[in-house]
Amino acid sequence: MTLMTGIGAAPAGSARPARKSGRRWLPYLLLLPGTLWLVVFFFGPMLTLGAASLWDPAGSLQTGYAQTLSFGNYVDAVRDAGPQLLRSFWYAAIATLIGVIIGYPLAYAIALKAGRWKYLLLVAVVAPMFTSFLVRTLAWKTILSDNGALVGLLRDIGILGADGRLLATPIAVVLGLTYNFLPFLVLPLYASLERLDRRLLEAAGDLYASPARSFVKITLPLSMPGLVAGTLLFFIPAVGDYINAELLGNPNTYMVGNVIDSAFLVRLDYPHGAALSFALMFLILIIVMVYLFRSGTDEVV
Amino acid sequence: MESTAGDLHIANVTKRFGIFTAVDDLTLTIPQGAFFALLGASGCGKTTTLRMVAGLEEPTAGQVRLGDRDITRLRPYQRPVNTVFQSYALFPHLDVFENVAFGLRRRKVRQVASQVERMLALVQLEGFTKRRPAELSGGQQQRVALARALINHPQVLLLDEPLGALDLKLRRQMQIELKRIQTEVGITFVHVTHDQEEAMTMADTVAVMNAGRIEQLGRPAEIYEYPATAFVANFLGQSNLLAGEAAGLSGGDVLVSAYEQRFAVPAVRARADQGPVFLGVRPEKLALVADGAAVPAGHQSVAGVVTDSSYVGVSTQYLVRTGWGTELAVFAPNSGTAAPLALGARVTAHWDPRHAFILRREPGEGDRTTPVLDEPDAVGAVS
Repeated sequence: MTLMTGIGAAPAGSARPARKSGRRWLPYLLLLPGTLWLVVFFFGPMLTLGAASLWDPAGSLQTGYAQTLSFGNYVDAVRDAGPQLLRSFWYAAIATLIGVIIGYPLAYAIALKAGRWKYLLLVAVVAPMFTSFLVRTLAWKTILSDNGALVGLLRDIGILGADGRLLATPIAVVLGLTYNFLPFLVLPLYASLERLDRRLLEAAGDLYASPARSFVKITLPLSMPGLVAGTLLFFIPAVGDYINAELLGNPNTYMVGNVIDSAFLVRLDYPHGAALSFALMFLILIIVMVYLFRSGTDEVV
Repeated sequence: MESTAGDLHIANVTKRFGIFTAVDDLTLTIPQGAFFALLGASGCGKTTTLRMVAGLEEPTAGQVRLGDRDITRLRPYQRPVNTVFQSYALFPHLDVFENVAFGLRRRKVRQVASQVERMLALVQLEGFTKRRPAELSGGQQQRVALARALINHPQVLLLDEPLGALDLKLRRQMQIELKRIQTEVGITFVHVTHDQEEAMTMADTVAVMNAGRIEQLGRPAEIYEYPATAFVANFLGQSNLLAGEAAGLSGGDVLVSAYEQRFAVPAVRARADQGPVFLGVRPEKLALVADGAAVPAGHQSVAGVVTDSSYVGVSTQYLVRTGWGTELAVFAPNSGTAAPLALGARVTAHWDPRHAFILRREPGEGDRTTPVLDEPDAVGAVS
């Protein structure tokens, strides 16, 4: 009988590899929808945009554009939008800094001190995203308006002059950016602080570290992955944003997004618009790479 | 009592969490340089006691003193006390060197490198300085945790189940290691454990805790040979406890009647001489002879039937059912002098009265012959 079983098992054994080879395609099959999506909606437009950035700038929508590999478009676009480019990075950097000052204590409190209020507070952080970005920014327009309570209060206590205003100033744009992108900073930061093993803080205290030293030596380094991820998720869309500058600012606060927007929709100058978009992308990429290397690559997961 | 500058005093300390009393009016003095073990089942308050000494919990009432210095309300980082945590709590983003150097750096001590090297040599981890904790085995992590605490030369080192996560062989090895290190550095070790063997191997004084109180305190042999309560008798090793009534002194002995038999125990081994008591005998103090064979002169005995036997190498462990139904545990050494006993054999279990002991018993409590770990107050009725 043992022999019989042995013979009987042989075909089953050889059938197993066959079934395995059939399964080999399954992962690729599962990846197919995502790959198709990326090809059609990401690589396709990127190629078109890249091609458009090298079109002959003498052409127009009416006459059509010739592909002349005009790399000069990049020089022109960056030179013409120079002030707005600088302003974009400047505003985004300040907004990120304010975001960290507001967001780190917030994420810390939610993750470590909120107790049973934790989930309510998390919902409160995410809740504004249930309405549209545009509506939220328009609401800020009301809050910051010249006849609003906030401006009135600031005028009364003398922080703003008698005819001082917030709306249509750089302050309004930076506040708008900070507000709109704050959840993207708080959520990853919360996730990494929430994972923090509190017994490590007990151990640090036991080893003569005051609460402040424990924070600097233990909490902060261990929350670095969340802080890096959060600041990137905040900074990158903030640089490219144009809604806040459009609705809360004035032409002197326009950012690079506004220039790209008007190149495509107002001036109908596709080559320069496309070149500026690509230039912005490269600049952000370089800054992100430098940032990641500086903050220690192995910490970012 | 002689008092030294470095003795640790826990005076009338109580800790409540809501309505739960974790530590109940505990008073304890741990002499400087002692290896002291707090032994108890989980939830008995031993870890809470340790955390109050470390400053990680604040007592609801009472005082913790080091020598003459009241440290009850000091923050953890202000106390000359360090802890080896059960989870080790090594800093994952720092390498072994920086983990061990952490306390020195916080206190701005000079010559960190040479001290760290010396400490790593003590725990036999030379050459591991650049490793991260995640790259170490459990035993190595444990030794880093020990080095990280010891390097600060605390007045008291607290160890919270430090060997709990190690496998048996490594645990034995670390027990010997810890004892060696303690002898070498001469620091007071307070060791919390639920493992009675671990406590007995390492500590020179053991306190058995139960429900927030200390049931008994003494040298391991003292506690084992003459337990103070039924809980201790069954938590530290195993005991056969027969319910009986003490009928007073006769000469130097306390007389006990149980199950219509009369026994005598030397008065020095009796916790009570009147009222309901347990007559206790450790399983290895019992010997078995075939029914009807002679019992050594002066021994006392109970007759029964062998109902179970398990061979465990150094000894054979028998269960003997007595006439009234209680099963006694008997450990017979495998010294080769006696033939093994068959199941169902009629035997007589006998013991030297000087090895027996008498404990106080709550009226109505029955025989207890098996360890009762988590419910010390439950009646350990045996079928």
